[in-house]
Amino acid sequence: MGEILSLASVTKSFGAVTVADALTYSLAEGEALGVIGPNGAGKTSMFNLITGTLPLDAGRITFLGHDVTRQNAAQRCRAGMARSFQVPQSFGGLTVFENAMIAATQGANLPGQEAEALCLDVLEQTKLMSKANVLASRLALLDRKRLELTRALCARPKLLLLDEIAGGLTDEECRSLIEMIRAIHVSGMSIIWIEHVVHALTAVVGRLIVLDFGKMIAEGNPKAVMESREVKEIYLGIETDA
Amino acid sequence: MDWVNAILQGTLLGGLYALFAAGLSLIFGVMRLVNIAHGDLIVLAAYLALTVIMALGIHPLMSLLAVVPVMAVVGYVLQRSILNRTLGDDILPPLLVSFGLSVIIQNALLETYTADPQRLSAGPIEVASLNLGGLAVGYLPFLMFVTAVAIIGGLQIVFYRTGLGRAFRAVSDNQDIAQLMGINRRHVFALAMALSLAVTAVAGIFLGIRTSFDPATGPARLIFGFEAVIIGGMGSLWGTLAGGVILGVSQAIGAQVNPGWQILAGHVAFLVILAVRPRGLFPRMDG
Repeated sequence: MGEILSLASVTKSFGAVTVADALTYSLAEGEALGVIGPNGAGKTSMFNLITGTLPLDAGRITFLGHDVTRQNAAQRCRAGMARSFQVPQSFGGLTVFENAMIAATQGANLPGQEAEALCLDVLEQTKLMSKANVLASRLALLDRKRLELTRALCARPKLLLLDEIAGGLTDEECRSLIEMIRAIHVSGMSIIWIEHVVHALTAVVGRLIVLDFGKMIAEGNPKAVMESREVKEIYLGIETDA
Repeated sequence: MDWVNAILQGTLLGGLYALFAAGLSLIFGVMRLVNIAHGDLIVLAAYLALTVIMALGIHPLMSLLAVVPVMAVVGYVLQRSILNRTLGDDILPPLLVSFGLSVIIQNALLETYTADPQRLSAGPIEVASLNLGGLAVGYLPFLMFVTAVAIIGGLQIVFYRTGLGRAFRAVSDNQDIAQLMGINRRHVFALAMALSLAVTAVAGIFLGIRTSFDPATGPARLIFGFEAVIIGGMGSLWGTLAGGVILGVSQAIGAQVNPGWQILAGHVAFLVILAVRPRGLFPRMDG
């Protein structure tokens, strides 16, 4: 089990606001890592830095043993990174199946028939098969979130980045999504998952990191992290008078 | 009968306008680039054809075999080397750069081919026509119209039935996300420009056969192309064909009333449609 991803002193700021402050951690192959933190802590920015939509100010990102710091988003996707977005970003003018095909033919670089087979498999897995020919712009929220996941999986990633995929869903919808993600993780996928719905996160991940103002303020076993004093103070906003 | 004839001839002329416009429509649809140099690229294609015809002594329609691939390569290189750098959130830089290209192309043509008007001579087919109960349908206009329909139909198939078209539509929808899905948008844009200029090559050669051209002819073709695109609705290919036909028919009717009103009638029809349907007749449905 080697490292799939490692961040070394990754730093990014917008003027006076630091969204990533010397972030340093690594992810083992097949590991699921949870990320929590208050709004504006730099969680999504961290994904933007990892996937290459945002350039780093300083630091280094290594993916599968290669330095990808200077690679663009398309190259990193082809190398095996895929993400879902907090606010679903489907191609509205394309059908669900076409959205998946873009990822399979471009991201995973599969030829036509193999790409189609992969997409059908994934659509089955994410329960979107019945909507395969619907325009993505007509989907309701849960289905859009499923499409985010579908599209990420169709790029055949080695690392899956999930950004608040459970946000805004009902409990029942959330449960079905957690099952889906757990199954994906069990099949060997490395995952980094940002989520406000902490119970969803702890049901799947083995390790948790907490961000605040771009800094990593806690890391470790989910239970221990959630009970640590810093997290209660900063993340949950609970005053702990000594 | 004169009026029926005017409408028929206008429709056929509309096919040529649709060809002028198809490349413009495609580029705008894929990358929101308004290519001011489009008309000059049409004229450039006509001059390239002239050179090929002079050198090899072949028929203008045969010169398509050489000019289409050359223009496609020109398009790819132009996009990769210059136009890609101008694309961003601001719509102004590509507009200015393509305007600059327009000036450069016109002057380069002037320098190389002089200001003398030129024609591509297609021989007897130019005047041959089919007599349909009093209506004369010229072979050449008919060929142009059929070609326009075939090219637009072909582009429609590329857009909606192929992987390349899917990539075109994906980058048109959301460039940043398309990048994250592994699409190299610079390459996709360059392919779109290559396709656009391949169509432009056909338009240029038909232009050269139909009328005389000189290095300053481009901007007027650009206006017709623009009008066809806007009448049809931005980003809709069949709409562009309809726009071309409406423009052609308006001009023919105008000319029927008074020969001096031909161009004016086209512009008036354009303005009326713009006033009544600002998004064009068949605007693309956006999700």
